[in-house]
Amino acid sequence: MTSQTLSSHLRPESKDLRDLESESLHIIRELVAEFDRPGLLFSGGKDSAVLLHLAVKAMRPAYLPFPVVHIDTGHNFPEVLAFRDRVVERLGVELVVGSVDEAIAAGRIPAPFGANGSRNRLQTPVLLETIQNGKFTAVFGGARRDEERARAKERVYSLRNEFGQWDPQNQRPEVWSLYNGRINIGQHMRVFPISNWTELDVWRYIAEEDIELPEIYYAHQREVFERDGMLMALSRVMQPAAGETVVTRSVRFRTVGDMTSTAAVASEAGTPEEVIAETLTTHISERGATRADDRTADAAMEDRKREGYF
Amino acid sequence: MDLLRIATAGSVDDGKSTLIGRLLFDSKALSDDVMAAVEDASRRHHGDYVNLALVTDGLRAEREQGITIDVAYRYFSTPVRKFILADTPGHVQYTRNMVTGASTAEVALIMVDARNGVVEQSRRHAVIASLLGIDHIVVCVNKMDLAGYDQQVYESIRAEFTALMARLGVHDVVFIPMSALHGDNVVEPSANMPWYHGEPLLHQLEWVPVREGIDALPLRLPVQYVARPHRAEHHDYRGYAGSIASGVLRIGQRVRILPSGQESVITAIDAPWGPVEEARSPDAVTVRIADDLDITRGEMLCGLGEPPQIVQTLEAVVCWMDERSALRQGDVYRIKHTTRSAKAMVTSIDARLGITSLTGEPDVESLVLNEIGRVSLKVSAPLACDDYTRNRITGSFILINEATNATVASGMIGEPRFSFNPLGNSAAH
Repeated sequence: MTSQTLSSHLRPESKDLRDLESESLHIIRELVAEFDRPGLLFSGGKDSAVLLHLAVKAMRPAYLPFPVVHIDTGHNFPEVLAFRDRVVERLGVELVVGSVDEAIAAGRIPAPFGANGSRNRLQTPVLLETIQNGKFTAVFGGARRDEERARAKERVYSLRNEFGQWDPQNQRPEVWSLYNGRINIGQHMRVFPISNWTELDVWRYIAEEDIELPEIYYAHQREVFERDGMLMALSRVMQPAAGETVVTRSVRFRTVGDMTSTAAVASEAGTPEEVIAETLTTHISERGATRADDRTADAAMEDRKREGYF
Repeated sequence: MDLLRIATAGSVDDGKSTLIGRLLFDSKALSDDVMAAVEDASRRHHGDYVNLALVTDGLRAEREQGITIDVAYRYFSTPVRKFILADTPGHVQYTRNMVTGASTAEVALIMVDARNGVVEQSRRHAVIASLLGIDHIVVCVNKMDLAGYDQQVYESIRAEFTALMARLGVHDVVFIPMSALHGDNVVEPSANMPWYHGEPLLHQLEWVPVREGIDALPLRLPVQYVARPHRAEHHDYRGYAGSIASGVLRIGQRVRILPSGQESVITAIDAPWGPVEEARSPDAVTVRIADDLDITRGEMLCGLGEPPQIVQTLEAVVCWMDERSALRQGDVYRIKHTTRSAKAMVTSIDARLGITSLTGEPDVESLVLNEIGRVSLKVSAPLACDDYTRNRITGSFILINEATNATVASGMIGEPRFSFNPLGNSAAH
């Protein structure tokens, strides 16, 4: 149990990060105080690792009074699942898993089309089912407004109707830091405590606070092949098509989603500081570089969120 | 490096999106793929120029209608400072979304089209910035290129707006003649307007003071959460978690817990970065006190000097934000003030603000969507509060409709910066 022994802390010069950290703690404490059954959405990615770190800080020295919720697409990087299990064990926190594989096997959702079929969209019904079965009144996640322009529009407290849908044109006004956590039966709240953090903020925080991440966030040798200008990792669910050549390169991941829709970037960065240095000179956004799922259409994210996506 | 929160208001027509696009682009916050997407979309939607509004207008409906409907948050930084920019709509029907974006801002950028001067919409933006207690206003007199970069045009807008801001009780106002499209006075000084001796916009934003004077205000720490670990190694631990609204909190300091009135001494302060001797706004802390008192969420730790008012009746300025209902005398709502929640009844509507006349209209039956008025409320539990003009955290509240759970109003306690009481009606005491 490490909630007492967080070793590194933000330096006073990082006043901007300290203010963001306090804002996030405020939001987490507010939701824990006002919702009877919250859950922390944990993908094993860097944003959710930061969120979990913040949650531990918000609640210490008490144990986390909510479970960690993971939607397992069945297409996760094994390093990410191992990281999830390590963190859960270390914190002694309850883990709730919603499994896409199980939902497909039970016939509750249709199997995706094709060998490399993305399970991104399939996460949504499983997430909603998990929220419903777990009787969660609020789930909070590590989404950031700088990720994507539909997210730039979303409130910190984002209401979901009985079908889990976001209604972007009918959002509650959200003034000062006075969050309205009241919901009707069947509705739930999505809460985003690190809404105002940028990718660079997240990496600076990881560096200064010494937060553990899955090792695939740092440069490593991996077999990849190029598709649509992106480097896809070779795996049991991701195989090259005719004409695509597998090569071994030094790569890292900027996000870690479903293996079928998450690409690697060529990198030599082996530490958070080196990742920050690369982030400062890159000209491609995090999602633009690595997320095949956002390239589908102009409003791909807005449409998925309307259906209940994270 | 510190953090500055900015709000802009305006519509596509007055160049707001172009200005934001330029700030983002020139500070390298726009990546190549986002730019490529915008150039591509610009070609499809219009043709001739890159429409940076497509960066900021994130919803399908906004891009289709060519207007900003809801707040979008944008992030950029320079070596000096980091900025959170709330890009808010300018149209009257989305006033509530402007209030959302402006409520946390320390600087407001108000766009004025040099060809049109001070119009209804710029007046409304100024009024809301004043009511929301934004300390620093930057008036961007934009599209100077279409006004021949004429100093007289700028000076006459400046004179008119200065008079308006004085009437609104706002004293820190900076005017910048600008062409966002051509970049005059946005990041670089303008060669086209040598008669302007002020700094360009970005420089102003980098050097405007942040959160000035908050440390000098009396201590206010609303209790959010009581930490009781139930763990062997912390058997008797009881910590009070919350975010400091104002003032400085120190170990050894004597505090009064309001509204209950109990007193104790601070024995430990845990900031997010570890145990500290003192903390200040906006730090989210957990404190321990010397005495075993019964303190719950919704109470407030205060310094002994300059106590907040403990009240069950309030006079406040409210902005009504619900399209499905109206505020009427006798209505009962849930009020959320700091971390405290209670019931509140509207005992009277004292005036409605006429945005054009800046006077209070008396004999008001109701307030509907986007209307601003002065109301009196009776609250079911005592609130420890300050006037909003003194403290934006302990002076603000929201009203919630208990049937729909919608947030229906935002409220600011006490007299606003400018008076709009109807003549002959002494609603304020």
